[in-house]
Amino acid sequence: MIEGAAWRRWVFFRIPLAGFLIFLLFPFYWMIITTFRPDSELYRPWRAANYAPFWTWEPTLTHVKYLFNETVFTTWLWNTMFIASASTIISLICGVFAGYALSRLNFRFAGSLGSAIFITYLVPQTLLFIPLSEIIRAYKLGDTPWSLILTYPTFLIPFCTWLMMGYFKAIPKELEECARIDGASRWKAMIYIVLPVAVPGILSAGIFAFTLSWNEFIYALVFLSSPEQKTVPVGVVSELIRGDVFFWGPLMAGALLGSIPVAIAYSFFVEHYVSGLTGSVKG
Amino acid sequence: MSSVSIRDVHKHYDDFHAVKGVSLEINDHEFVVLVGPSGCGKTTTLRMVAGLESITTGEIAIGDLVVNDLPPMDRDIAMVFQNYALYPHMSVFDNMAFGLRMRKFPAAEVDRRVKDAAGILGIHDHLHRKPRQLSGGQRQRVALGRAIVRNPQVFLFDEPLSNLDAKLRVQMRVELKKLHARLETTSIYVTHDQVEAMTLGDRVVVMRDGLIQQVGEPFSLYSQPANKYVAGFIGSPAMNFAKAQIIYSDDRAIARHEGFNIDVPKALVSVLRPYNNQSVWLGIRPEDLRTAQPDDPEGVCLITSVEVAEQLGSEILLDVRCGDAALVASVEPTLRVRPGDQVKLALDSEKLHFFDVATEKSIT
Repeated sequence: MIEGAAWRRWVFFRIPLAGFLIFLLFPFYWMIITTFRPDSELYRPWRAANYAPFWTWEPTLTHVKYLFNETVFTTWLWNTMFIASASTIISLICGVFAGYALSRLNFRFAGSLGSAIFITYLVPQTLLFIPLSEIIRAYKLGDTPWSLILTYPTFLIPFCTWLMMGYFKAIPKELEECARIDGASRWKAMIYIVLPVAVPGILSAGIFAFTLSWNEFIYALVFLSSPEQKTVPVGVVSELIRGDVFFWGPLMAGALLGSIPVAIAYSFFVEHYVSGLTGSVKG
Repeated sequence: MSSVSIRDVHKHYDDFHAVKGVSLEINDHEFVVLVGPSGCGKTTTLRMVAGLESITTGEIAIGDLVVNDLPPMDRDIAMVFQNYALYPHMSVFDNMAFGLRMRKFPAAEVDRRVKDAAGILGIHDHLHRKPRQLSGGQRQRVALGRAIVRNPQVFLFDEPLSNLDAKLRVQMRVELKKLHARLETTSIYVTHDQVEAMTLGDRVVVMRDGLIQQVGEPFSLYSQPANKYVAGFIGSPAMNFAKAQIIYSDDRAIARHEGFNIDVPKALVSVLRPYNNQSVWLGIRPEDLRTAQPDDPEGVCLITSVEVAEQLGSEILLDVRCGDAALVASVEPTLRVRPGDQVKLALDSEKLHFFDVATEKSIT
């Protein structure tokens, strides 16, 4: 905390904080205001006498209605939810077990295997989508949700594995040893003791994985083609930008409604999520 | 309850030889303490008994059963860890019940045993709390309770009192002793604190560098240490050592040091004969030194100069210098001295210890 005179708190804390807040929240504000602004205001020239870019006097739901009536937005939402949930669950299961094995079982090459998994995370998606699209085509998965549910784990599993490895390492190994002396097998000690203690870590890995797959763009763009298979990010962009015409109102309405589930997920788990990142296990 | 046999056990970690052939017979109902500095192999030995470390060579048996290849869950032991290792997501009751539930005890029996143990340890009011809501002493009791409810063959303690503050440690030490008197379960206790070892153990095992230095009852370790290391480790404040030369004249012998000449006690005159004109380590416990009285013979006295006087109330610890030797003496609390004063000290020559310079073994 900043000590001393009031002006020091203003100069070194409050004003910089306000600057950051404006910088970070302005795009959201812009998104919201555009969603509820009628077209007549949206396309008003900046020289017009009643030009007011930061406020609207005639809020309207036209764009939202357009989004739901003229596009298959609810289908996109459902697709995104299904794909993100399924790939998160798959990645979380694999990541938790792999992270446990790499941090707790002392087998040969555990260290180098951990690094190898991390390296796969570093391969950019913009390169990886080329071979992956070959595989998707070979297995005839193109234009189905499974093309994404099975490819998202390529970057989600390394991510979850590393996050969980760090978390498991922070749990005292005596807990598990004590459970094993108390009569639990290694498996039971993991199920009854280690996993419950690791819940904050598992939740944060899950939220991260869910957000990453919710917002993912390039695989979704490449592997899905028909409008009713698309996810929100791809659907909104491909159906509401026609040629060089941007339907700004519905676009922003789609972005706003698409970001709400993620915001809810974050705020719901925020406490677990923070303690997961700081790795605190209170004994 | 059961005896434990450790037979020539070795432990190698890659290129580190942690335990170098430890053999120990622990009798039924006995409380044995393994004591030594960190890295001496005491904890590794305990963990091998628990089954948490594999045994490189050798054999460990609990009762008549060789347990080398048994997983920890099948050894019927209970262990108390230094950091308590309480399950943070479970209540105190569930913590204590976990081992019984894993072994499929009926719910009524679990309830009865947990409540009995909680009664013994005075934690029955906290059964529904989580570990993080308890104080250090209470957590330690829960960890003990978790071991007690199982009624195992052997209790293993891995420095269980190290995380407690000094006052609580003394209190818990007494409780552990009472608990053992009541339950009589065979116990192996690891600590680096020699006071804990001396007060708790029926027998104490002093370890160093993966080897057992001496096994014995606490008083025999104190009065007849096998070597210079044990002599220096057991006892507080630690034994004083000074290098002295043994000089014979007729059938008397003296230990000569630049600061003093002390008569060798009669019992040792013949034993020390081979060391005539050679150096030995002379060991004097601080509590065997006192201020000299007028009728003390010269052969038990040494003139020293005081460097520091530590007033402890019940005694004064005098840090004195005598020639090149720095000694600590425990003297009566009414003595008034200041740094630099000359003090004549006398010693109880029957309680002198002599050690070979090369092997550091006790000469008796």
